[in-house]
Amino acid sequence: MRLRESPAARIGASIAIATGLYGVSFGALSVASGLSFWQTMALSLLLFSGGSQFAFIGVIAGGGTGVAAMSASALLGIRNGVYGMQLNALMKPTGWRRFVSAQITIDESTATATGQRDPAEQQRGFWVAGIGIYVLWNIFTAAGAFLGDALGDPKQWGLDGAAVAAFLGLLWPRIRAFQPAAIAVVCAVVTLLAVPLVPPGVPILVAALAAGLIGWFRRGHTPDHSPGHDDDGMEPDIEPYGRGDHSHGQPAARPVPGRTGTGGRDGIFGTAGSGGTPGHGPLGFSEGGAA
Amino acid sequence: MSLWFWLAVSVVLAYATKLLGYLVPAKVLANPRMSRVAGTLTIGLLASLTVVNAAASGTAVVLDARVGALVAAAVALWLKAPFLVVVIVGAAAAAGLRLLGWP
Repeated sequence: MRLRESPAARIGASIAIATGLYGVSFGALSVASGLSFWQTMALSLLLFSGGSQFAFIGVIAGGGTGVAAMSASALLGIRNGVYGMQLNALMKPTGWRRFVSAQITIDESTATATGQRDPAEQQRGFWVAGIGIYVLWNIFTAAGAFLGDALGDPKQWGLDGAAVAAFLGLLWPRIRAFQPAAIAVVCAVVTLLAVPLVPPGVPILVAALAAGLIGWFRRGHTPDHSPGHDDDGMEPDIEPYGRGDHSHGQPAARPVPGRTGTGGRDGIFGTAGSGGTPGHGPLGFSEGGAA
Repeated sequence: MSLWFWLAVSVVLAYATKLLGYLVPAKVLANPRMSRVAGTLTIGLLASLTVVNAAASGTAVVLDARVGALVAAAVALWLKAPFLVVVIVGAAAAAGLRLLGWP
């Protein structure tokens, strides 16, 4: 099959365009939070995981230290390790491909690959989404960084409000059931309580500790989930494929848990879409950690 | 310079985490608790980052135009706006409220 005829490649490409575009917001917010142009580009070129990048600049913008920014970024990146495990089970890359695959292992490429059953389509979806986002994300990060520099006073343009919106936008698609909503509320409250008590940046790590403890001790899954479907946010936050037009094979790889077979669980906010249209819905393209 | 240092550490850790998934035998990492912690960490960190950016100013909790941005962004997300639109709505809300005199 030629690449142009591959459904996975087409979906990967449309996700790459949508995700790459909002590299603009990262670039602009990053320079507004005090990073230089090249520090901003280093995050997009080398770190390349949207959630971790936003976390890093979010801590710095709030007056946190470099070590706090690093910690938040690293903790938010842990899910990429789990994605890597899933993708390794599906695609088994060898040699240099394994090292390149690792760099482009993000929410969007994982969701595109794990939504396919045919191994060749999984490959096409993963590479088209991953490389496409990498290229566009970096181009638009640079554009955003120039824009942010040109804007002058970030507050006048509401860029601090844009950062708030960006984090809520990253969180939103992961809140598809009661449990993740409860975890989010608990961590938000813990953060507010910690802000007056500890140095800037540290409240985020206190909340991470609380979240980690909840994940460690709470029961695995509710009865209406198939085993392994925890519906706890451990899924890429985009939904490249509509429900019902594909099925996830290979349960060992835990592909995109929670997206199928969970009845009405997803879409607590009506985000689950109606058909096979890529990018339906609000968050169809929302990043989430990605890019 | 120190920021560059922690940025470099973040870069190394991010890549090492990704690569670990490919290199470590699935048996080692494929336990449900590991996935669960990764999932709750993601939600908890994003919730915390949202709150800090909306209401923290140093070590004080303040209610300024950023709270308006939070509400506006939530409405945009509820209406299924795409990510970039949500971000722009947040900026517009904060900038607009400041024009109206809210700090």
